[in-house]
Amino acid sequence: MNNYRHLTLLLVAVFLLAACGGPKATEAPPLPTEAPQVTEAPPPPTEAPQSTEVPLPPTEGPQSTEVNLYAWSEYIPQDLLDGFTAKTGIKVNYDTYSSNEELLAKLQAGASGYDVIIPSDYVVSIMVKQGLLEPLDMSKVPNFKNIGDAFKNLEYDPGNKYTVPYQWGTSCLVVDTSKVTRPITKWADLWDPEFKGKVVLLDDEREVLGMVLSVLGYDKNSTDPAQLEEAKTKFSELLPNVRLFDSDSPKTALLAGDVWLGQTWNGEAAIAHGENPNIAYIFPEEGCTIWYDNLAIPKGAPHVDASVSLIDYILSPEASILISKEFPYSNPNQAALDLLKTDDPAIYESYMSYPATNPTPEDMKRLYIIKDVGDATALWDRVWTEVKGQ
Amino acid sequence: MSEKKPSFGLRLYAFLAYAYIYLPIILLIIFSFNTQKLNVRWEGFTLHWYDQLFRDQNVLLATRNTLLIALVSTVLSTIIGTLAALALQRYHFPGYTIAESILYIPVIIPEVVMGISLLVFFSMINFRLGLTTIALSHIAFNIPFVTLVVRARLHGFDKSIEEAAMDLGANWLITFWRVTLPTIMPGVLAGALLAFTLSLDDYVITYFTAGPGSTTLPLRVFSMVRFAVTPEVNALSALWIVTIFVVLGIGQIIQRRQT
Repeated sequence: MNNYRHLTLLLVAVFLLAACGGPKATEAPPLPTEAPQVTEAPPPPTEAPQSTEVPLPPTEGPQSTEVNLYAWSEYIPQDLLDGFTAKTGIKVNYDTYSSNEELLAKLQAGASGYDVIIPSDYVVSIMVKQGLLEPLDMSKVPNFKNIGDAFKNLEYDPGNKYTVPYQWGTSCLVVDTSKVTRPITKWADLWDPEFKGKVVLLDDEREVLGMVLSVLGYDKNSTDPAQLEEAKTKFSELLPNVRLFDSDSPKTALLAGDVWLGQTWNGEAAIAHGENPNIAYIFPEEGCTIWYDNLAIPKGAPHVDASVSLIDYILSPEASILISKEFPYSNPNQAALDLLKTDDPAIYESYMSYPATNPTPEDMKRLYIIKDVGDATALWDRVWTEVKGQ
Repeated sequence: MSEKKPSFGLRLYAFLAYAYIYLPIILLIIFSFNTQKLNVRWEGFTLHWYDQLFRDQNVLLATRNTLLIALVSTVLSTIIGTLAALALQRYHFPGYTIAESILYIPVIIPEVVMGISLLVFFSMINFRLGLTTIALSHIAFNIPFVTLVVRARLHGFDKSIEEAAMDLGANWLITFWRVTLPTIMPGVLAGALLAFTLSLDDYVITYFTAGPGSTTLPLRVFSMVRFAVTPEVNALSALWIVTIFVVLGIGQIIQRRQT
């Protein structure tokens, strides 16, 4: 019996230690030796403080009391979610995934229970094709009017039947102008021998091979084996210049001075620019990618009413500016940008003046969207791994 | 018990080997005190990230989920795994070899395969994904590990002491409780510790079997670093490592006291 007590004590001690972060192992009270059932779990001690507030009169508001949000981590400000709970009384459970592919794999395998997800453009087309999304009742999303016209009715979801845009961004050319003195205007400049070991690229086959194809003058979503073969040779020639492939934090190497130029997400460039004003973001002549992340409701969501209500809330200008204040991606919400102008002129100014967050209409013309290449995916995979494996 | 002192070369080699294992972890912990948010270079000392960590509702919730799952799956898989080890030690029956081999297969099955199969299974029987499904999955992959460890301990088990207890009038339950279990306890504890640490840091299987409201720490951290490795991630990892060290330390103390 004594041994069991030791075991239980041990586990309880760990529990307390990790929960309090203090050396209180000795104070741990002995627990019954029975294993606690999962369903008997104590209520989460971390609930949003507003969750006890009374919901608005349910004239035609949602009946659900909670909504399950499934999104990237650090992508939706906690203030925004707390604000939603305060306004509607609906509790938000925020679970996270770390790539579009993860999200897709889970929904395809039949995971259910999620109410709101944030898939990117090409994933939306796949999900629509496979019937994984619930159609969106736009009459219940009046704030959709706040979205700029350029971000409505996009090719991956014509007529916005299933999605509304959340944030958007680009992945273009970044240059540390204190290290590179000559003007850089195109991707082809990366091949210059003077940049040996000074280039960073995203660790993403669609981004990198798409860029190489564009340098060759081909379609960036090409499915032609001959063109991809040519891209493979061209890509191999770039390798001596590439110091690293990094999709998670390409700005780190840039700020540390290990690399001078390369390819990054706009948000990364904007953060790096804040640290070091010499970091310039350039829309190359060959063009670069634009991506859109979207709010959508997966098929079979248990709280559709609350989902619609949350989506509408996120599109309100008051909520949307919280996103732009915290994350330096581009906001498709025109009303929010107008509000930001008076609400926080400093952030508005830096948002509008830096091309990474606010490209000019001229730059916008050079952007292209990544499309699902269907069966050619295997070919892309092969070219990518063969070159990277060299 | 040789009194010989290791040569300088050997000591240097050992030092380098330990540095190879622990230097990255030490650096990670040092950088959890960095004032610079981007964590590119060292700027100054702060405890700000630990403070922020303890205010982060999502991280606290993930911590609670992780520990709850680890606790439940450790206790249950230890019981089931120990019973399986005893049965395999004691009885011989038709199909024994098959029973023995397929018990260990989950150890070598790629985690991805196990994760997908569990997810497909749960959604086929319409089982709602959440803490329960994660805990069930962790119990499933922990059982073979516990059995392996306990069987190693049973290897030199002297059956005659059990027979002696029975001869002296103890029934099978008392024999098990007073004689068998104390003898194999170090093995059971080692198995439980292994199960606990495996459950604590499992990513792949957890990812597939997680549902709304059941994000665990590994899932949360993976998602956090997709945007940036801020010192908050370092601080979280540091606390995590400290926790594992404490668990292992307590385990050692208990084992030592018993022998």
